[in-house]
Amino acid sequence: MNQNETTQLTGDLATDAPAAVKVHHESSLPISSDIHISFDNVSVKYGSDVALQPFDMQIKRNEIFGIIGPANAGKTTLLKSINRTLDFIPSAKVSGSVKVNGQDVSAIRGRRVHQLRRHIGMVFPLPVGLPLSVYENVAYAPRRAGMHDRRVLDELVEKCLRQAMLWDEVKDRLDMLGTKLSGGQQQRLTIARALSHQPEILCLDEFSIAIDPVTTMKIEDVLLELKQELTIVLVTNLVQQARRLADNTAFFNKSELIEFGPTEKIFSEPEQQITLDYVMGDFG
Amino acid sequence: MANVNLNPNDGNNPFARTPQEIKRKRIELGAQFTFLMMTMALVIPMLWIMWDLAYRASDVLSYTYMVIGVGCVGLLIPYFLIEAAKRNEHKRKLFMGLAIAILAGISIWIVCITVFNMDNGGFDFLTLNPKKRMTAGGVWAPLIGTFLLVLLSLVISAPIGILAGVYLSEFANDNWFTRIINLAVVNLAGVPSIVHGLFGVGAFVYFMDMGRSLLAASSTVAVMTLPVIITSTKEALTSVPQSFRAACWNMGATKWQTIRTLVLPNSINGILTGVILQVARAAGETAPILFTGALYYKKIADTGFDSFVPYGLEDRFMALSYHLFTVATQVQDVPESFQFGTAVVLIGMVLMVNSISIGFRIYLRARKRW
Ligand SMILES: Nc1ncnc2c1ncn2[C@@H]1O[C@H](COP(=O)(O)OP(=O)(O)O)[C@@H](O)[C@H]1O
Ligand SMILES: [Mg+2]
Repeated sequence: MNQNETTQLTGDLATDAPAAVKVHHESSLPISSDIHISFDNVSVKYGSDVALQPFDMQIKRNEIFGIIGPANAGKTTLLKSINRTLDFIPSAKVSGSVKVNGQDVSAIRGRRVHQLRRHIGMVFPLPVGLPLSVYENVAYAPRRAGMHDRRVLDELVEKCLRQAMLWDEVKDRLDMLGTKLSGGQQQRLTIARALSHQPEILCLDEFSIAIDPVTTMKIEDVLLELKQELTIVLVTNLVQQARRLADNTAFFNKSELIEFGPTEKIFSEPEQQITLDYVMGDFG
Repeated sequence: MANVNLNPNDGNNPFARTPQEIKRKRIELGAQFTFLMMTMALVIPMLWIMWDLAYRASDVLSYTYMVIGVGCVGLLIPYFLIEAAKRNEHKRKLFMGLAIAILAGISIWIVCITVFNMDNGGFDFLTLNPKKRMTAGGVWAPLIGTFLLVLLSLVISAPIGILAGVYLSEFANDNWFTRIINLAVVNLAGVPSIVHGLFGVGAFVYFMDMGRSLLAASSTVAVMTLPVIITSTKEALTSVPQSFRAACWNMGATKWQTIRTLVLPNSINGILTGVILQVARAAGETAPILFTGALYYKKIADTGFDSFVPYGLEDRFMALSYHLFTVATQVQDVPESFQFGTAVVLIGMVLMVNSISIGFRIYLRARKRW
């Protein structure tokens, strides 16, 4: 029942968009349901420092969308603008509109924000094991959303840990503290947590820094499978990873969106010279 | 590469000491010695004063010393034996047996001497009320007064202080209003206790019309301890890494859910340590209760339930710190051992509370979770 509630809330986000927005989409973009996240003239400032200059970008449903670019390009900031965690940074100001399922996230009020965040799984580069057992780490979000049926939870925890390629290593010690796992294991635990609230969008920010190459390859395979159910936004500083996985790729540099398009095009014949330099590795 | 030789006297020993190393070592030793002397300069006079106090109070407290001393040894030795038994598989039974034997022996011994020694004073100094213009009897009335005072002030200040600390560190936005509150909290912690006492007279005794009473005094002490409780709560909360909170928020947990399920469980020990330390401070203060409710002498029931709750909220009361002042300076013909005995009981109370807090901290370190 609680599970129903969660999915129903997720659905609400899509259908409860203000009427005006819906009409707009129906008339001008007849296949708007294809676009999962859209950025319309979005820009972000920290105080007076510009972290993202105004840009437009669309991310389609059930694709892997790669974002590449050097450090400080604003990639992490972009992810935080999707699930409204920039709210927690008092100096951060977002203008323009980020739309998830056609709904402007800045228009979401009250408890709906938490539903939005459950709608999106976030993995940041530094591994964070919560000081709870491995099991409770993964069961945390479902419990907060009101799911308490032990049997359902057991299944969900196992599924998420398997998807994050961690199950085999921790299945015999689910009651061990998450903080006592190795760095790479904690990072996979973070991925399992991001999947635990059954999101429709999964944002991965340089997720493979702490994970060994073999496991990374396995997780990449899982991502390709997950694409059937989820939209994946993959921020990576390994350009080859984006090339392997992404359907579309965007290149950011110095807080600016340089260009985005089909991955093959970005990697072979991009419109800007600087993009080519970056993907070929003679950047700088 | 040029052949840089950092090791002039090398020959065949690559680990020979260089002159720089020897010099550094000498400076380090000198620094260590200075620090040791500084520490000794603090600790030795302290120990000497404590010993002197305890010695001069021994007329009235010798039996208490003995019970506490024997009790400590009697608990510590079995404790170490049990720890050893946990580590040593073969001799587990032997160690456990020894521990139990020692525990049993000491309890039997304490019961015996209690029965045979009743006439020799025993715990009289602790359990009797002051008599004959405080030249006889004991310190029960002020002891229970201080206990009630501390308990009541804790009931007032702990919830307010902890909730305020949680609000200030977890919820408050960083604006001028919050900054003023934080500044006020920091500065209030440094205000002399006599000023708090005068504030208590104005605010509680007169303005809120509590009169001079246990309630007014407890409220005053509560106000005095509040800033430090708030500060230590904030510190305990900030010791929980921000990344944990961010991880929860990213999963759609609300601020309050995050605090309840993650931040508080991992900082509650630190918070309680701060509260307990303030209890110890409250027990020792005289100034805040001097004008707000403490009394020179009050006759209370010697036995029964009334002797445990001798003061109502509206009543004035005796307190150990004020009693010490009285027997030391205001009354004649008080035996020296009574004066020092009162001091030792007061210090003992504070030390006991502090050791609870130290125990808490050891426990906290033992179950550190990240
Ligand atoms: N919390 C913050 N406060 C102020 N400035 C920030 C904050 N986070 C990021 N920035 C700034 O915003 C810019 C973009 O940062 P970020 O989004 O982390 O880039 P990337 O993830 O591409 O390395 C950087 O110049 C960084 O210094
Ligand atoms: Mg980043």
